[in-house]
Amino acid sequence: MTTLAPGPVAPDPRVGRSLARRRWLSRLRGGPTSRPIWRQPIALAALAILGGWLLVAILAPVLAPYDPLAQSPDGYAPPSGAHWFGTDSLGRDVLSRVVYGARLSIPLALAIVSLALLVGGLLGLVAGYVGRFVDEALMRLTDLVFAFPQIILAMAVTAAFGPNTRNAVLALVIVSWPVYARVIRSAVLSMRGDDYLNAARLLGVGPVRALRRDVLPNSVGPAIVLATLELGNAVLLLAALSFLGLGPRPPAAEWGSMVALGSQDLSMWWVSVFPGLAILTVVMAFNVLGDALRDRLDPRYAKGR
Amino acid sequence: MTTTVDNAEPGAVTPTATRPRPRRGHPLLTFLAKRIAITAGLLLGVTVVTFGLVNVVPGDPVTANLSDQALNDPATVAAFREKWGLDQPLWAQYLHYLSNLLHGDLGISQQTGRAVLDDLFQYVPATMELAIPTMVLALLIGTGIGMLAAVRNGRFTDQVVRVGALLGLSTPPFWLSLVVLYVFFYQLGLAPSGGRLSTDFSPPPTVTGMYTVDAALAGQWDVAWDAAQHLALPVLVLTSLTVAMLVRFVRSSMLEVLQQDYIRAAYAKGLPGRVVFRRHLLRAGLVPVITVSGLAFASLLSGTVLVENIFGWPGLGQYAYRSATALDLPAILGVSLFVALVYTLVNLTVDLLYGLIDPRIRLS
Amino acid sequence: MAPLLDVDSLAVTLPGPRGPLPILHDVSLTVDEGELVGIAGESGCGKSLTAQALLGLLPPGAQVSGSARFAGTDLLGLDARGWQRVRGAGIAMVFQDPTAALHPMLTVGRQLTEHMRVHLRMSRRAADRRAVELLEEVRIPDPERALRAYPHQFSGGMRQRVAIAIALAAQPRLLIADEPTTALDVTVQAGILALLDRLCAETGLAVAFITHDLGVLSALTSRGYIFYAGRVVETGPTGALLTAPTHPYTAALLGARPHGTQAVGTLRPIPGGPPAPGEAPPGCPFQPRCGYAEPACGSAAPPLTPAGADRSVACVVRPQLEVAA
Repeated sequence: MTTLAPGPVAPDPRVGRSLARRRWLSRLRGGPTSRPIWRQPIALAALAILGGWLLVAILAPVLAPYDPLAQSPDGYAPPSGAHWFGTDSLGRDVLSRVVYGARLSIPLALAIVSLALLVGGLLGLVAGYVGRFVDEALMRLTDLVFAFPQIILAMAVTAAFGPNTRNAVLALVIVSWPVYARVIRSAVLSMRGDDYLNAARLLGVGPVRALRRDVLPNSVGPAIVLATLELGNAVLLLAALSFLGLGPRPPAAEWGSMVALGSQDLSMWWVSVFPGLAILTVVMAFNVLGDALRDRLDPRYAKGR
Repeated sequence: MTTTVDNAEPGAVTPTATRPRPRRGHPLLTFLAKRIAITAGLLLGVTVVTFGLVNVVPGDPVTANLSDQALNDPATVAAFREKWGLDQPLWAQYLHYLSNLLHGDLGISQQTGRAVLDDLFQYVPATMELAIPTMVLALLIGTGIGMLAAVRNGRFTDQVVRVGALLGLSTPPFWLSLVVLYVFFYQLGLAPSGGRLSTDFSPPPTVTGMYTVDAALAGQWDVAWDAAQHLALPVLVLTSLTVAMLVRFVRSSMLEVLQQDYIRAAYAKGLPGRVVFRRHLLRAGLVPVITVSGLAFASLLSGTVLVENIFGWPGLGQYAYRSATALDLPAILGVSLFVALVYTLVNLTVDLLYGLIDPRIRLS
Repeated sequence: MAPLLDVDSLAVTLPGPRGPLPILHDVSLTVDEGELVGIAGESGCGKSLTAQALLGLLPPGAQVSGSARFAGTDLLGLDARGWQRVRGAGIAMVFQDPTAALHPMLTVGRQLTEHMRVHLRMSRRAADRRAVELLEEVRIPDPERALRAYPHQFSGGMRQRVAIAIALAAQPRLLIADEPTTALDVTVQAGILALLDRLCAETGLAVAFITHDLGVLSALTSRGYIFYAGRVVETGPTGALLTAPTHPYTAALLGARPHGTQAVGTLRPIPGGPPAPGEAPPGCPFQPRCGYAEPACGSAAPPLTPAGADRSVACVVRPQLEVAA
């Protein structure tokens, strides 16, 4: 056949890994018809919000005007100059509690996602690469976890082990690891046909090395997208658990339990509204960021915005 | 099977339409049989997991269910243990439970003292009364908005829809319920504060368990209207959240279809836009919506746990929450089994519908 | 006689992240009634975009200038109604990937008859009968059964035949075939080419055949246009074009083919690659890769000027070129 352009040269497996890494970095930069990710206003706004919350969490002791646990006789005071967000039923300053709440929600969400990614990602990686029986077993196991609605399973686990922070995190890791396993597994499966993997195997590269050098860098893209989106989900679930009284024990300032406290008296709207807004902004920022990343890094979505 | 046909290129395969067809129905039966087997295995797994969870971990049903007074009395404690078979070895308890299950007996709830099955019969219709209108409304609104956004991709409408959908997905359900309650009940006085009926009404005779339906069937129109008013706010919250999820799916599915060559080819044939839309776009684009409807229904069940809590709605979500916190084993198992059953039935329906609509799957 | 399709100085820009990107520059071509014309060039040279422009199928935000007349009608001034009348019944298109271009959930019969009934106002029965005839024309076995079948039940080559039948269903006068054989096996390709040749000869259909394969160009077409970086760089009767090219790009393409019966030492690819849209150097776009470039080539893009009988070339140097046999 007469072609006008010289054909592609078979890739050198040693180059595979750096190619993979450069591939998704360049995808973040964007192509001839789209802008780099750091130029899109909405992604930037999301990053700014997250950065802001991170600062709030770190600088909480400096930023909070009052001690979040300090009760005062000014119960249920509406927002005023002294208390910007008002006080709750026990006279605690809502603003300070919201600020300190960031110290719970954000690191806990990060912990949940990291652990679930570690466990689920590893299992998915192995199952996708080894295939056959191991893969089937993993599929059945994930099906089993998926058969429960997330919150109900999380409720059951936390209630069973005793409601506290550690068990809430454990419950949420148990509930969310299968998603990572599935995503990583399918990323691995889509790579199995690729030539550079076969070339590596023919060269005698052992499975562990192949996993580490070739498969892992290519799974990073979808994993990053998933992790970012799941961070938002983790914050929501954690708030839900603490709303139900199954999370960090009171008097800890967790946003969900603060909303629950405010639900006792509707007229004191500030007790629920502000923590809820905190949850909303954090989760929204994670979702926006995850979406923007997904438009670039996930080949299935990269075509259309 | 290759047949050489005059003037066709070598290697051409006769379309399967001309091969002798295999006996109809068999692929469907084997598919169903396989799925039923998997479902049974899954449900068994669910029982093991829930049973194990409640028993093998620190958390004693005795302390969770008996008051402090009763706990101090050894006779009461012993009677409790004996009644629920808590003194038998674990595996014996499990087998005992399984055999009851197969006879349709889900055990007696430790909290309510009634058969779990009866509890479910009472609480499930309440949740269905929320879920069904939500699904209908969400599907209509969600697909409409999603398609609109896809067609106007990149423009202002699309941006607004995208942000709105993300906002909906990021909103905690319990918080939204409170806000909605505050605005419509506390400030505007337009809606009741919670529960299924106002105190001056009593529930209609039970046919389906859904008050609106039952009241209408019994001709009690004032009761039906009151029940409908109580439905409004929780359904509003649940619908908003479900719409957010559906909009994103529909939009991205439509976008994908819009870029397909066969849509361009349809325009290239000189077909008017509305024909392309109706016959070509919709058919291809709405197929993934079937899948996401299944997911949406599933997430609805999660959402109700939180929403029912705020609105004091005596449904499955409330029941699940109380059972979990009380470590009421039969109730937890009953709820889990029911929910898992619903999930798998929904998945099965989705898969069947998929095969019905997409000929590529149907004929393979 | 006036040509059926007359494109003059067509230019297309597409929206880009930093403003509009010019993709097509000053494209002029003609197709006469019943003629089989070839449009050749490497991937990304703008040939598909030309086809899209001629059917009004450019992506939103695209700007078009110049003129394109089909049977006397100004294509670029058409509104939606006008396009509906031209598409399918005047100009029809066959796409590169038949699997992607056929709707997976509609029967072949439906896809054949739907526009037939719109353009030719036929009843269901009449349309079905004509559909069977069309399938016979393109040599699909058992056409009655095929009407009720779905595209995925056919092999690749058969799908393309179906696509061709669909394109012909409303009796167009011009068929634009956008690389119809690229996605198919070589053996299958021959059948499709023969089919197009036959249709052209028997029905007086005019065909604009887009390809990147010079062999196909030479086998099928009577006249050809060579595209590079969104411009026409050379045109003429195919035979002369490929045996005695006047543009260095055409000669380099011919030299880059694997050919001949003796073992060739090495392939001679053209060094470098075509410029990305918007990044073309001033002057001749081929200049960076041209072995005959002179300073004059860098000042302005050479216009297409006549160079002998029926031939035009866009080159100011016009070197004496040798082509390996």
